Amino acid sequence: MTSLTSLPVATRIKAAKWLIWSLGVGLVLRLVWLAIMDQLGANPVEFIERSTGLWALVFLLLSLSVTPLRQWLSSAWLMALRRLLGLWMFGLACLHILTYLWLDYSFDWGDISQDVLKHPYVIVGFLAWVISVPLALTSNQYAIRRLKQRWKMLHRSVYILAVLALLHFFWLVKKDITEPSLYIGVFVLLMALRYLPLPTWIAKQRQ
Amino acid sequence: MILDNNRRNPSQILPSEITPESVYLHRRQFLKAAGVASAGLLLPVATHSQAATLATLNHQKTKYGLDEKLTPYEDVTTYNNYYEFGTDKSEPARDAGFFKAAPWSIKIEGEVKQAKTISIEQLMKLAPLEERIYRMRCVEGWSMVIPWVGLPLKALIDVAEPTGNAKFVEFVSIADQKTMPGTRLPILDWPYTEGLRMDEAMHPLTLLAVGLYGKVLPNQNGAPVRLVVPWKYGFKGAKAITTIRFVEQMPLTTWVKTGPREYGFYANVNPLVDHPRWTQSSEKRIGNGLFAGRIKTKMFNGYDEVAPLYRGMDLKKYF
Repeated sequence: MTSLTSLPVATRIKAAKWLIWSLGVGLVLRLVWLAIMDQLGANPVEFIERSTGLWALVFLLLSLSVTPLRQWLSSAWLMALRRLLGLWMFGLACLHILTYLWLDYSFDWGDISQDVLKHPYVIVGFLAWVISVPLALTSNQYAIRRLKQRWKMLHRSVYILAVLALLHFFWLVKKDITEPSLYIGVFVLLMALRYLPLPTWIAKQRQ
Repeated sequence: MILDNNRRNPSQILPSEITPESVYLHRRQFLKAAGVASAGLLLPVATHSQAATLATLNHQKTKYGLDEKLTPYEDVTTYNNYYEFGTDKSEPARDAGFFKAAPWSIKIEGEVKQAKTISIEQLMKLAPLEERIYRMRCVEGWSMVIPWVGLPLKALIDVAEPTGNAKFVEFVSIADQKTMPGTRLPILDWPYTEGLRMDEAMHPLTLLAVGLYGKVLPNQNGAPVRLVVPWKYGFKGAKAITTIRFVEQMPLTTWVKTGPREYGFYANVNPLVDHPRWTQSSEKRIGNGLFAGRIKTKMFNGYDEVAPLYRGMDLKKYF
């Protein structure tokens, strides 16, 4: 961290953005590579669905960690990463849904509508994605200027999105809820950090 | 990797989770073989090294499923729901190396003339071993085509001599905490139990499988002996059976106990009765590749000959 904080802010942001891009692109390329090499296992569609879904969730939680981290580390520059993290969440969520619609259901809209309407975990997952669309579309300076206060209101729906996405994960698991519980725990922690007072050792450092 | 594999906390590695050396060495071959297969030079041979160590079983061919395209051995033996070894489908193939499938015997008890114990060797001599190519439909919406080797359950029931009180058969799987890491966690109420109505158990399709692809069952597929009921969802097929109990009342089986709203005792494959989580009207056939889409699920998984067993029953109620 010391070496990172000694860099000029613009360089730091650039490096961090480069990291986020490599992670996102790396994830997608890995799936493409594994698909070409026939290494996605017995159920390749499920593999891609899981991978894109989980990583969308990871990017969502990363974007939600920006605000508390900025407070705790007093690093205002982290804010510059939030949009990119959110957009990668959206991109992976789109791949997740595309995998479901195309590779899983071959765009059979009859079967798809049945599946969406009948199964709560599919509904909440789909709703989470629906919420993410306007957020992605308004993630530019123009929209921020135009919408003013309403932009903030709109983007607060990310919390609803997060709850729905976590519910989607929790409900789809048959019995062993260890993994979804882990993600729910991280989310609760990130929310709690926003309201917890800073520990004295951080507050002191800051003075 | 952790994210993809749905593992428990990786820091909690139990001594018995450590792969035995022989299995570990096989994994090297596995990777090598997988590399060759993926280069497109050979058909998938990833688990051939493992298959090579399993004994061949003499068996007769039968008419069942001859028109079906078999699911590759590799997929059948690496994609398993066997919670005793972990809840991820890749875990049984990875962690079943310590399991001891021999020596083995099955207790036969309950409503029978005389309780007895039968060894796996005796069991395999009760009737000629047959190959049955069956479709297997999992409740999660995927399916396989597996060439089982085994004998009709009826052959064992005839030897067991159930009394007139026997209305159901209960199957109890082993839950050995030393060799089955999943059984140390309260995932399910161990040991795993399943059950069939007497007439279902006697049906000629109902099989006690001791092998697949002409060889002894790999541990991850339920060695040394498992139940196969092809017109029912896969979870009815109890693995590594230690006890067969004849009872008067319908037994409370593991998944019914776990989620009575989601899983029924009968669990017949039925595209018209949806599961709260999964569509049952269509299924993904394992081994058909990334772009194969889904196939329509058939009533009784296409085994129409069992329909008379359920004549007059409301299958929406008795799911």
